[in-house]
Order: sequence, then C-alpha cells, then structure tokens
Amino acid sequence: MPVQSYIQAITAGLREEMLRDENVFVLGEDVGKKGGVFGATKGLYDEFGEYRMLDTPLAESAIAGVGIGAAMYGKRPVAEMQFADFIMPAVNQIISEAAKIRYRSNNDWNVPMTIRAPYGGGVHGALYHSQSVEAVFANQPGLKIVMPSTPYDAKGLLKASIRDNDPVLFFEHKRAYRLLKAEVPEDDYVLPIGKADTKREGSDVTVITYGLAVHFTLQAAEKLEEEGISTHVLDLRTVYPLDQKAIIKAAQKTGKVLLITEDNKEGSIIGEVSAIIAENCLFDLDAPVQRLAGPEVPAMPFSPTLEKYFMLNPDKVETAIRDLAEF
Amino acid sequence: MATERINMPQLGESVTEGTINTWLVSAGDKVNKYDPIAEVMTDKVNAEVPSSFTGVINELVAQEGDTIQVGDLICYIDTEDGTSANASAGGDNSEQQQNDAEKEDDSKNTSMKKRYSPAVLKMAQENDIDLQQVEGTGRGGRITRKDMEQIIASGSGPKEGETKVGTSTPKTEEPAPSRAPVQESSPKPAAAAGDIEIPVTGVRKAIAQNMVRSTQEIPHAWMTVEVDVTDLVAYRNQVKDTFKEKEGFSLTFFAFFVKAVAQALKEFPQLNSTWAEDKIIQRKDINLSIAVAKDQELFVPVIKNADEKSIKGIAKSIHELAAKARSGTLTADDMQGGTFTVNNTGSFGSVQSMGVINHPQAAILQVESIVKRPVIMNDMFAARDMVNLCLSLDHRVLDGLIVGQFLARVKEILETINKDTTSVY
Repeated sequence: MPVQSYIQAITAGLREEMLRDENVFVLGEDVGKKGGVFGATKGLYDEFGEYRMLDTPLAESAIAGVGIGAAMYGKRPVAEMQFADFIMPAVNQIISEAAKIRYRSNNDWNVPMTIRAPYGGGVHGALYHSQSVEAVFANQPGLKIVMPSTPYDAKGLLKASIRDNDPVLFFEHKRAYRLLKAEVPEDDYVLPIGKADTKREGSDVTVITYGLAVHFTLQAAEKLEEEGISTHVLDLRTVYPLDQKAIIKAAQKTGKVLLITEDNKEGSIIGEVSAIIAENCLFDLDAPVQRLAGPEVPAMPFSPTLEKYFMLNPDKVETAIRDLAEF
Repeated sequence: MATERINMPQLGESVTEGTINTWLVSAGDKVNKYDPIAEVMTDKVNAEVPSSFTGVINELVAQEGDTIQVGDLICYIDTEDGTSANASAGGDNSEQQQNDAEKEDDSKNTSMKKRYSPAVLKMAQENDIDLQQVEGTGRGGRITRKDMEQIIASGSGPKEGETKVGTSTPKTEEPAPSRAPVQESSPKPAAAAGDIEIPVTGVRKAIAQNMVRSTQEIPHAWMTVEVDVTDLVAYRNQVKDTFKEKEGFSLTFFAFFVKAVAQALKEFPQLNSTWAEDKIIQRKDINLSIAVAKDQELFVPVIKNADEKSIKGIAKSIHELAAKARSGTLTADDMQGGTFTVNNTGSFGSVQSMGVINHPQAAILQVESIVKRPVIMNDMFAARDMVNLCLSLDHRVLDGLIVGQFLARVKEILETINKDTTSVY
C-alpha cells in the first residue's frame, strides 16, 4: 500500500470518483489550471479538462448556487470553498436551498453535492484562514458534515460523500494536508457517513473528538501510556448528524469523558456530544464531562504567541487527559 | 559562552516538515545572526534557513537529505552571549521538585473520599458494597470507578450487611468485627421435600435486618406494670357509639394509651431519646411510632407531635395511618421521625410480651389485652378491667429507676381517666 499524505488521499479520491462517474465535476476558485491553492486538485485539469474542472469567479454564493442547480439537474458537483472561512456568503444557498430541497419538494428533487473546504488553524493563517465553521451548519437537518482525521478516512469518506444523494459538507484540516501521512489502499473503498470510529482502545479516559485533534490525542495517548494511563479515543468522523450509539458506548467504557474541539467552546459540536452523554450515561459517569476547546475569542489570532494559546496541541491534550485520569 | 539550538523553522502555511538540501556552513564556522546556514526544500518552497544567533557552529545534527519536522533540532551553535539556556533549566527543576512535594501532600488529602460519582454509587448498590470501607485512589482519596471494578473483580468487597454491625460498634471494641463472620459461617437450613420456600424480599427483608440490628446492638431490659383501667373502659364504652356516629371513626382504647404515653414522655424525656455512641440525644418532638400489621408485613407509621393532640386527634391519626398501611399508600414521610413506639399487642389477645426496640429509639411499650379479673380492693374482691403494660428499654440509655417512674406515671394517668377528669376532645 502506498503512503500518502492527507491531501494526496483527497486528490486520489476525487480522481477515482471522476473516473467512475462522468457526472462528477469540480468547481471552485483556482481549482482548475492552478490545481487549488493547496494543490488538492493538482493534475485533474490536465486529465479531465476545463469542462469538468471549473474555475469560478470569487463568488462563493455562486459556487454553491451553481452546484445546487447542477446537482438538481442530475450532476454530482464537488464544490470547493478555498477556505472554510469564505463559506459565509454561501450559507443561504446551503442552508435554505441545498439542505431543504428534498423536504420542500416532497422527494421530487435532491441535491447530491459535496462542498469541500479547508478549515482550522495553527498555520499562521490568522482570522480569514483559520476558522472552524462546522457548528454554523450543525443544526440543519438535511445536511451532513464530514470531518475526517486520517488520509485513509479522508479518501474513503470523500468518495462516500460524492456518492451520497444529499448535500455533504466535507471539511479538511489544512494543517493535516501535509502533516499526516499514512498507508492508503489504491482500491475502490468507501467508508460509511454517520459512523464514528474507535481510533484507540483504552480503559482510563475516553476522548471523543474529530479532525486534527484526533492526531494530537493519539500522540498524547501514546505518551500517557508510558505513565500507565490508558486512553480510549473515539473519532466522530461525521459531526452532524452524530453517531449517538458510538458516543454512548465510548462514554460508558471508562466513565471519564474528555471532549475536544479546536472550535470556540460555547455552542460547539462537543456541547451536543456532552448532551447525548448526559441524557444516556448518568449512571456510568465517574467524573464530570470535560471539554477542551478554543477560547471565546472571535477568531484565531495572528500573533504566534496568541495563536499558540488558542490552538490545540498534544501537550494541552495530554494535560487534560492526565487531569481526568487522576480525578 | 552558551550552546543554543537551531530548529527547523516554519516555512509557510500548512508546511510541517522540510528536507535539508545543502548545509551552507560546517562545524567550527563563525556565523552572524540572520546569515543563511542551510538550504531547505519543502513541498511548497525552497528556502534558506537563517541563523537565529551570532556564534560558532558547534555541531550539525541533521544530515543533508534528512527530512526534519518543523520545530525539531537541526544544529547547535555556541554563542558569545553569557546567558545560558541551562540556567533556566535549573529553575525548572526546582519548580518540578515543588510540584512533586505538592503531589505528595495531595495523596494524604481525603477531602473527596465521600464524594461518590453516579457510576460508583450504582456499582456499590448493585454489588452491595459499603463505600465507607473502600480506599479510593482518585484525587483527594476519591473512590473511582476503576477502584470499584477492581473490588468487584476480586470479590473481596466489604458487604453492606456486615458493616451495619461494624459501624454501630466503637472501633476499639475487638469482638464486633468477628461477629459478622461467625454469623456467615453458620450453615443455612435446607428445605426438605414438601416444604415451601418463601423468598425474603422487600419489607420482610427490612424487618429482618432491623430486628437483627436491634437485638444485636441494643442491650434490652424489660419491665411490666399492671394497670386498673375500669374507669377508662366504662368511660370509653359510654361515649364510643356517639363518637363513632359524630366523627365517622372508632374511639379505640389504644388512643387513650397513646395519649397517656405522650403525656408521660413529656415529663420523662429520658425515654424519648437515642443512643449515639458518644452521646445520648434527647428528642424535643414526641413522635410516636405505632405498629400496624398487614398480611405478612409490619409497618410502623408515626403519629407526629402526639403530645399536642387530643385523644380524638390521636384516634384520628391512628385511623388514617392504619387505613394507609392496609391500602399500601403509606409515604416515606409517614414512617419517619419516630422517637418512641407504642405497640398494640392486646389486639391479638396477648397479655404479656417482650418487644424488640424499634432502632434507634430507646424504648418500646406494649399495650396488652384488657382483661376483666378479680382483684382485691379495700380487702374485698372486685371485678376490675386490668391491663399489662410491658416496656422494653435500651439499658445503655435507661435504668430501672427512671423507667419505673415513667411507668408509674403512665399508670397514674390511665387510672384517673374517667368521664369527669378527661375529655376525648
């Protein structure tokens, strides 16, 4: 099996789906000739041509809107938002149209569209290039939000998202693009949307998280293992709708739960995870459910010191797990 | 002179590692701050790494062609600057020691010992484990779910039943802990063919536990007085029909006895008390427990503040509590707070009995059957209504003298009840 970086796995997934189904096409800013600002669509323009790799104007509302129209017509668009931070002009299209059209038209119409967007900080991107925006969309039935944490998951879930008959928001952590490398099968595999994945078995503390934080957690867990602290890690993978069964099972496993997100704490995805645990696991809990998250600050700061303060890292995760283990 | 580290710098957004293409310096070279020391290739850019210090290159750690994570060491440099990185490291050490000391203090702290998490409480309940005796390994001595899992797995948990004996006995007394094992080792009786086995559950189990506890803990002593209630009987028989008609419930003899006891308890609060190891607690309120039997079960609901009620009020309370007990609608509140028990054993025809004290009260009074008997009065035989009052007392709390005085007072009250001295209202 070849070792691929996270972004290479994305490109491979896209390419395989474009080869498999000619209705799949990509649209976005600089996705064509340039191959994307991060290089996620590198080489695809040469392979599939300008009619399947559409360079669009700087108008996210149009990217989403054109995608919705094409999807309703029978195409399978993969729209790219250059940064998740730029998705805001398209929110009305996504929430009011894409998410609701199946319900509104009584199943006559649907939107099999995938919207890819790099999110997350820790790359000196400052305000417009570092945000986590998943919570904005996480109470819109009709939408699915996928946030893979490994190259393997990224490819399998991107392929599943493209094949899904309803809109999927696919958020990729931009720091993971070149940081994470792993073996990725070359064959055609898909992973189920809506299913969380146990990334590590453990018995002292359960960490439930998603995205790049999974990587930090696994690093911390490795280190804590030497101290005799055993960490159970559940990767949500799909953050909306949540895999309640897996969350309950993982929480019950140890009774000490740490929830981690890079997003601002209040109103984040993990608040909902906490509510699911509170509703179902009271008599299994051995400690208050803890959250490790970003501070209540409007955006990721540019100053390196402040960015470091805002951003998660393995040390912060390690401290939080140890604190809970010792409780 | 100090040795500093030069690390792989961040060379752009989303770049996490770089490959050393060429070293532009070698060990021993003198470099100025910002001088390029190496060419680095990333998947986005090729760039030169500047020196962060002025000094002499000490050692090149990374080799040409090596791929190094951002922030990882690539080389050491000796600077002319006097400040040493090691100085601050020393400071860190002392801080570390201080932290260790704090941690040690923490291990003696047991402030969290009695803070139980839902998981721990559930496991204690399901496995009948006494948490008081469990050593916690969590912060502040807290018992963790893992501690419980270990105890359950090892099957050595201190059982709830054993400790009821243990906790009520002072820890210095040796025989107390040995009592429970002796009990456990006695073989259980086996059922023969045709015998009926009745599982012990619910109320029956609670009664059994309380009775065992009461007889094991409380040194019982007994005393009986004989009371002439001829006038009381005459008075009650005279008014009972009109009372029933007017009030809708019966005026029982028992109500008179309860009233007399409540009144006497006010004068002898020593009997309205509880043994509490290092002290005796005398209760202010006089709340009388009364025993009510229902099929296989026995309830002891409580007449609250019986001393504040008239005979009618007491009769009404008895009527209501008995009705509730029979219909199974007694609430926990109805059963709580009793300070002394009056038991109407006479209703079964008993003329003498030895009651078991209702733990943690200090005494119980059994009101026996009223029997018409020949009695010598003024050197002549007379047919009198006689009743025995049998009292069991906690000898730790009470002695014969005070109990004798109490019973004499109850007797006096009862013998002077007649239509001229007493109103049921």
